[in-house]
Amino acid sequence: MTARDIRQKAWSAALIVLFFVAWELFCVMTGMSDLVLPRPSEVFVTLYQKFPLLWPHILQTLATTMIGFVLGVGLGVVLGAVIGVSKTAYDTAYPLLVGFSSIPKVAVVPIFVLWFGSGSVPAVLTALSICFFPIVVNIATGLATTEPELEDVLKALGASKLDILWNVGLPRTMPFFFASLKVAISYAFVGAVLSETVASNRGIGNVMMTASSNFNVPLVFAGLFVLAGLGVALYVIFSLIEGRVTGWATRKNDMIAT
Amino acid sequence: MMRMQPHSEFSGAPVSASAAPAAPIAIELSDASVTFGRGERAVPALSKTTLRIADGEFVALVGPSGCGKSTILRLASGLVQPTTGVVIVGGREVAARALRVGMAFQNPTMLPWMTIERNIMLPLKIVEPFRSQFRKLRKTEFRDKANALLEQVGLKGFGSRYPWQLSGGMLQRANLCRALIHEPRMLLLDEPFGALDQFTREELWSILQDLWMTHKATVLLVTHDLREAAFLASRICVMSARPGRIVDDSPVTFSRPRTVAMTFEPDFVALNQKLRTFIVDARSAPAEGAAS
Repeated sequence: MTARDIRQKAWSAALIVLFFVAWELFCVMTGMSDLVLPRPSEVFVTLYQKFPLLWPHILQTLATTMIGFVLGVGLGVVLGAVIGVSKTAYDTAYPLLVGFSSIPKVAVVPIFVLWFGSGSVPAVLTALSICFFPIVVNIATGLATTEPELEDVLKALGASKLDILWNVGLPRTMPFFFASLKVAISYAFVGAVLSETVASNRGIGNVMMTASSNFNVPLVFAGLFVLAGLGVALYVIFSLIEGRVTGWATRKNDMIAT
Repeated sequence: MMRMQPHSEFSGAPVSASAAPAAPIAIELSDASVTFGRGERAVPALSKTTLRIADGEFVALVGPSGCGKSTILRLASGLVQPTTGVVIVGGREVAARALRVGMAFQNPTMLPWMTIERNIMLPLKIVEPFRSQFRKLRKTEFRDKANALLEQVGLKGFGSRYPWQLSGGMLQRANLCRALIHEPRMLLLDEPFGALDQFTREELWSILQDLWMTHKATVLLVTHDLREAAFLASRICVMSARPGRIVDDSPVTFSRPRTVAMTFEPDFVALNQKLRTFIVDARSAPAEGAAS
């Protein structure tokens, strides 16, 4: 880690602290009611006190998110591979995929509830349906950008399409894949919470819904903080894995795709 | 489509080594032509071309840009099928099945996530009989094989480095190693040194000459550089402008191993001058009959 990295991290931390301090000061100075905007200190106290109550809901949200995410990644990889390898499949399936991804997922939750009842299943499905698209796009792009010269070299050796996919296409796709995983995990989270808010009696989304109808505004904000914390934690975990697996891509040039 | 009289002999050109029946034919193009696209959009890339390359020959193809040099190379590799005519490589007609030749392009295309050693071993993962033994031998025999090649091109000890740690010239040497690791009978090179500076290029000529003299593969080299062609090849074919065909085919008789110093001797300069004239003519009159 260089001095520049450390300075960068210090600035990030300072910005977060500054944000909460400004918020706190704003509430104190304007005499804001905690029914409208609670002070962050209040939120942290609520979070600490209600943590035993929140914990099972956190687990529930994490579980539905991760299940939806894993299924979404599986589906995304398969679809992306098919689309990336075959030009015909790419041209044929792309409009449908774009159309599907353009549908606001809030609108789909009631359908899932209708089919599967309220609870964990719609949450998992919403997470899945919202997170698979960036993975499809990135896998397909990564596969479509294999250098033609290398493909020629391997074809002249008698390599099959599968050989090229396995040895060149998929490894080359890894940076794109991990970039999309970071996006997808956040999306999956949004999907799961969204569904819990609409139709579930468990999960952070549901806790926030209930708290808001009881005017327990600090608890609503505590829920938000939990979500933000979980989102950051998952993002960091995938960034670390990414650095391990695809460090080669960031050494020379930054490959960023979302 | 016929623009000229069909030719099976190259008028005026000295009889090449391939005419001797002793050496078996490695690559044979008989009246092969290639047209890309169809109908009004059809682009003729190669007119009816006949070319025989004997086993173990080092043939250089030179000509103005876009004349179909690379098309001949792709025909020989089986990547492109002739529109008309026949291409026979290693005694078999070129069909959909590839021929397991070694290829190298200007872009070294080393995979950035693998060490140089593993990049060079990539063909062994694909070509039988190495393929089925790859898991067993990749840490022993195959790795030694890769490192022996690296040593031969002056990259001893670089096997465990990653591509981004090497210079362009070094990558191109590694590229030659990758093209040779599976002991192909035929090496097809498409302007392999085109992106390198003059001194690195001359260095690599000698390395390639050494490789050819030890591995005894048939080499087909496409190049823009006439000095390169004259330095390396045992025979030079000059092509006309698009749609290309062969206008001159002459042997190069300088003794081997050749040195860079030899390229400044009068005989060598004269050969260069002669080749240059052919290409200048070819550029100005693409559809004319064979020169001289």
